Amino acid sequence: MTRSSIRFVRRGRVVQVDDFAPRTTLLDWLRIEQRLVGTKEGCGEGDCGACTVVLGRERDGKLVYEPVNACILLLGQIDGAKLITVEDLAPGAASGSKELHPVQAALVARHGSQCGFCTPGIVMSLFALYHEGVRPVTREAACDALAGNLCRCTGYRPIIDAALDVCAEPAADGSDARADATLAMLRRLDDAQDVFVGDEDAFFAAPASEESLAALLAEHPEATLLGGATDVGLWLTKALAPLRKFIWLGRVHGLGDIHDSPEVLALGATVSHARALEPLAAIDPDIGEVMRRFGSNQVRASGTVGGNIANGSPIGDLAPMLIVLGAHLELRGGSERRTLPLENFFLAYRKQDRRKGEFIRSLLVPKPGPGDHVRVFKVTKRFDEDISSLLMAMRVTIQGERIVMARVAFGGMAATPKRALAVETALLEQPVNDGASWAAAGEALASDFAPLDDHRASAAYRLQVGKNLIVKALAEIAGAPSSATRIIGHRETAHAAE
Amino acid sequence: MRPNSFSDMSEAPLRHVRQPLPHDSAAKHVQGSAAYIDDLPEPAGCLHIAIGGSPMARGSLMAVGLERVRAIQGVVAVLTAADIPGKNDISPTFDDEPLLAAREVIFHGQPVFAVVAETRDAARRAARLGALTIAQEKPSVTVEDAQARGETVLPDYAFQRGDAPATIGAAPHQLAGTFRIGGQEHFYLEGQVALAIPGEDGSMHVHSSTQHPTEIQHVCARVLGVADALVTAEVRRMGGGFGGKESQASQWAAMAALAARVTGRPCKIRLDRDDDMAMTGKRHDFRVDYAVGFDDDGRIQGVEMAFLARCGCSADLSQGVVDRTMFHADSSYFLPELIIGTRRLKTNTVSNTAFRGFGGPQGMLAMERIIDQIAWRLGRDPLDVRKANHYGPERDVTPYGMTVEDHDVGAAILEQLEASSDYRARREAIAAFNATSPILRKGIALTPVKFGISFTLSHLNQAGALVHVYSDGSIQLNHGGTEMGQGLYQKVAQVVAEEFGVGMDRVRITATTTDKVPNTSPTAASSGSDLNGMAAQIAARQIRERMAVLAGEHFGVPAAEVQFRDDHVFAGNESVSFAELAKRAHMARIHLSAAGHYATPKLHWDRPNGQGRPFFYFAYGAACAEVVIDTLTGENRVLRVDILHDVGHSLNPALDIGQIEGGFVQGMGWLTTEELVYDKDGRLRTHAPSTYKIPVASDMPADFRVTLFGGANREETIYRSKAVGEPPVMLANAVFGAIADAVQSLAPGRPVVLDAPATPEAILKAVQAVASAG
Repeated sequence: MTRSSIRFVRRGRVVQVDDFAPRTTLLDWLRIEQRLVGTKEGCGEGDCGACTVVLGRERDGKLVYEPVNACILLLGQIDGAKLITVEDLAPGAASGSKELHPVQAALVARHGSQCGFCTPGIVMSLFALYHEGVRPVTREAACDALAGNLCRCTGYRPIIDAALDVCAEPAADGSDARADATLAMLRRLDDAQDVFVGDEDAFFAAPASEESLAALLAEHPEATLLGGATDVGLWLTKALAPLRKFIWLGRVHGLGDIHDSPEVLALGATVSHARALEPLAAIDPDIGEVMRRFGSNQVRASGTVGGNIANGSPIGDLAPMLIVLGAHLELRGGSERRTLPLENFFLAYRKQDRRKGEFIRSLLVPKPGPGDHVRVFKVTKRFDEDISSLLMAMRVTIQGERIVMARVAFGGMAATPKRALAVETALLEQPVNDGASWAAAGEALASDFAPLDDHRASAAYRLQVGKNLIVKALAEIAGAPSSATRIIGHRETAHAAE
Repeated sequence: MRPNSFSDMSEAPLRHVRQPLPHDSAAKHVQGSAAYIDDLPEPAGCLHIAIGGSPMARGSLMAVGLERVRAIQGVVAVLTAADIPGKNDISPTFDDEPLLAAREVIFHGQPVFAVVAETRDAARRAARLGALTIAQEKPSVTVEDAQARGETVLPDYAFQRGDAPATIGAAPHQLAGTFRIGGQEHFYLEGQVALAIPGEDGSMHVHSSTQHPTEIQHVCARVLGVADALVTAEVRRMGGGFGGKESQASQWAAMAALAARVTGRPCKIRLDRDDDMAMTGKRHDFRVDYAVGFDDDGRIQGVEMAFLARCGCSADLSQGVVDRTMFHADSSYFLPELIIGTRRLKTNTVSNTAFRGFGGPQGMLAMERIIDQIAWRLGRDPLDVRKANHYGPERDVTPYGMTVEDHDVGAAILEQLEASSDYRARREAIAAFNATSPILRKGIALTPVKFGISFTLSHLNQAGALVHVYSDGSIQLNHGGTEMGQGLYQKVAQVVAEEFGVGMDRVRITATTTDKVPNTSPTAASSGSDLNGMAAQIAARQIRERMAVLAGEHFGVPAAEVQFRDDHVFAGNESVSFAELAKRAHMARIHLSAAGHYATPKLHWDRPNGQGRPFFYFAYGAACAEVVIDTLTGENRVLRVDILHDVGHSLNPALDIGQIEGGFVQGMGWLTTEELVYDKDGRLRTHAPSTYKIPVASDMPADFRVTLFGGANREETIYRSKAVGEPPVMLANAVFGAIADAVQSLAPGRPVVLDAPATPEAILKAVQAVASAG
């Protein structure tokens, strides 16, 4: 059974859209076609958050609200969700009503807007935070919730204060009272039908099963697979790529499952970074910290672990961390499945070992064993919402005082995420408490990498910091408290215990 | 209740002025119902424009192949320089910047042609298909490139007093060095946008996101070859400006007007963020070479500073900007003998322009770096060296001959902040921390701000306003100032409501438009409320006096004793509602509309001789910042900031604090994470928020204490307030000083070579340099 339209919920009603250009972004649909101009375009690449809207979806039986960047989300990707835009929070605004949602009222009371252009996006990010349900909301949590919303006027202080004010009490805007009804509507939309809008030449498809996906991909191997579109969206808005065929994986049954056991964490390909954060953070707080700094709330809500890996970016943060953990990748093409070590997937710059018609099913992440120590450092110009200049991940196994196993991988140092084999060799069988051996391991880095000069950092900086991070990681493993070795992400206070 | 009169109205208890009212559009902002130009309903038949830019930074334009561009479905017209009916020039003053390149290209991304199409998408796709043939020349990218070629956009200019080289040579101590200061992208959240609607007789109505509607009018008229009176420029609000929409909005407004003229249809242009960043100017970046001579207390005896400004491909506003760098190269310090020299170098990069502070921040930062180096050389606390050099009695004449009459304000602010920030105890605590912390190092700095208020181009120091009282007692307010988020509209409305003694809801704020108030100055130089508040007050008082005369006659009391308050008009024991009096005034054929005009007094400036009083007054402030750096990565964090800032008697303390906090964080971004990277071909590599990093929420200091300094403005400004838009940017100099202080702690006494912005890479480089200099 195939459905030739997408359906979503807005303002308590089901909206059906059956005629749209496959590459239409949600933002263009809102602003140009629906004339809903409260949602703004600031950058068109998912970095400024002015276009933030909220999607409601069912997760573990509950209605959850997640902020997303409408500028790089394709319209088809809201199938099955509840869409909330800034206009929906104060429906009387169009006719001059001053009635405000509690989040909006808090921003006004705190003088949280100046030019006002970023404000609708900030309202929506705070709306999602307001409904996240966690209380109390700390200053850090408020900053995390806002990391994907740039404001050039206020300096953020009044916005953060507004967030803390409005989140001091449980949500009381009536949304929760309607949650059951909303869930019921969303469940009715969650059919087992494949979605196919368009024709054989240009389409937006959202298969409901792996079988349908495999068949569709076999028929259209050149189609663009969409996880969260946090990168593909930019191909469209920035590169104006002439893409015509999209297969969105978000409806494929089972592909978004998480299976967590004491030995292995299995993440389905369409698990979002937001959902992966908690189980990954449980493996090690440094991984949790990198995931906290991974894009922004909006990017983490849309972006998927499978997409991040499949994309093959040399600066993707997930790959180096998972490589040192010894992760494997499970792929499927037609009815054939295969598994390979993650590090073997990356062949060359943006060239991955994904065969025609294949898609990623899942990532299998072994848990560190006894005696294992993990450290990950992400270095950027700006702590939050920034692409890594470099990222180092290390896992060493200590027996007695000696390093008996070492895995070190970097992002941002080569054309692909890559292990530092010379460093690993230099570490092996060294005493963990020996500063001289740390320095020697650092020196070995120069034979592993000849990094690039670019606008993020120079080659010399990358190499120097790479060496320094090795020293820093080993100093910590040898016992230095991270409060003395790093500015943020202190392990001692991380939520997830080591 | 004591009697009021017109002359002492400002002494009366105030109902609106001084109140922390929210921004006039706050509710609309949060509702998403505040309309920006791209949100306006598009007129029927509206077309969309996208720009084809030069792929090279310097060369001769040999051919522009547009066949593939025209072939795209939906393309209605493709415009080149040949389509311009008037003059191909969008420059604010110096006649040196074309709307569309005609014969040569002068920077990477320079507009060469414009595509006009049925949809924005079609226009953008088509704009990438131009085939430009350019005889390429090696571009000048850096100031050194331009120096080597001897190319400037404007003549060199210097302030000089005494024989600085000789004095430096004879001083007990000398220092010399070079320091680089990066530029800054405005990153207003709303990019450049304009909508032009053609009218009859060749007229054009242009909606432009601009800080300078009158210049939009002039430039559009010039490009179209029509009289100014045929062009109306309008702007209700901008989604941020920061100087980036002072001269830089003209090109896009003119582009839309040209397209509307050629096609006869409404035309809109909204730049994509990457185009916006590549095609519009930024804060000037500088190389500063300095030499200084000083005594054992660190007191400067003579200083030479050479500012090499990267002005980019045209003059734009570089005269005023770089002049202001010179005006602020003294920071807050008396410089007995000096040479403050500037070169305005022409590079094949986008023309640098106004940016909040207008060159002042660069001048002040350079001087603060010199002070730090002096302190470290002498082993003294930099704050003591700052105080030793601060303007004071007998040491109160600036390098440009203006006497600093109220230097005691600046000195008092430094003293108060030193105490309230607990500076001395924290310096000790930081030293103790650093003694046992090899990897993480902390630093602290307390730096002053003294910023000259007025346009240094004296004729710009004027403003107009237009106030209507309708016969139902509602009031419409218009003035030449523009609203870019700073809250100017609300401040001026507070003044007008105060004058009439009515509630704020009675005052309707309207869009700035050149057909209501003509010949306006840009909303810039922090002057918005000083100038427009006064003009609106003057307009309101004219109407109020006419109404008072009528009320006085009616109730039989002198007009001077008529009071306007609480939405009523009181005369003796009688009163009448404001609305009723307005109605009666209309029936009595009294004119209820008035235009006000204000010109700032006391200003004179003799640029050829570098002498005069270019500023009406100074705004003061100071900040104390504490930071931590990671000496292994260069990562850094601002831990605590204390600010004490002088806004005179605030018109609206909530809006003023918003300007102070926002300005500080913007300045902090400039000096830390915001890095503009041009490659050797002159191409900007950081042209989007993915690569250009302005501060985010977590960058705001977690401990952030902002206090307004009491005192009234000693000059007669609107309700004795002071300007607040730009000065707070320079409070962020404390952050840079604190980072340098943290680096310095690794090897006390050694000079710290740290350029701005202090990115992690720049900090690590400085750390390695001090560590290896031993």
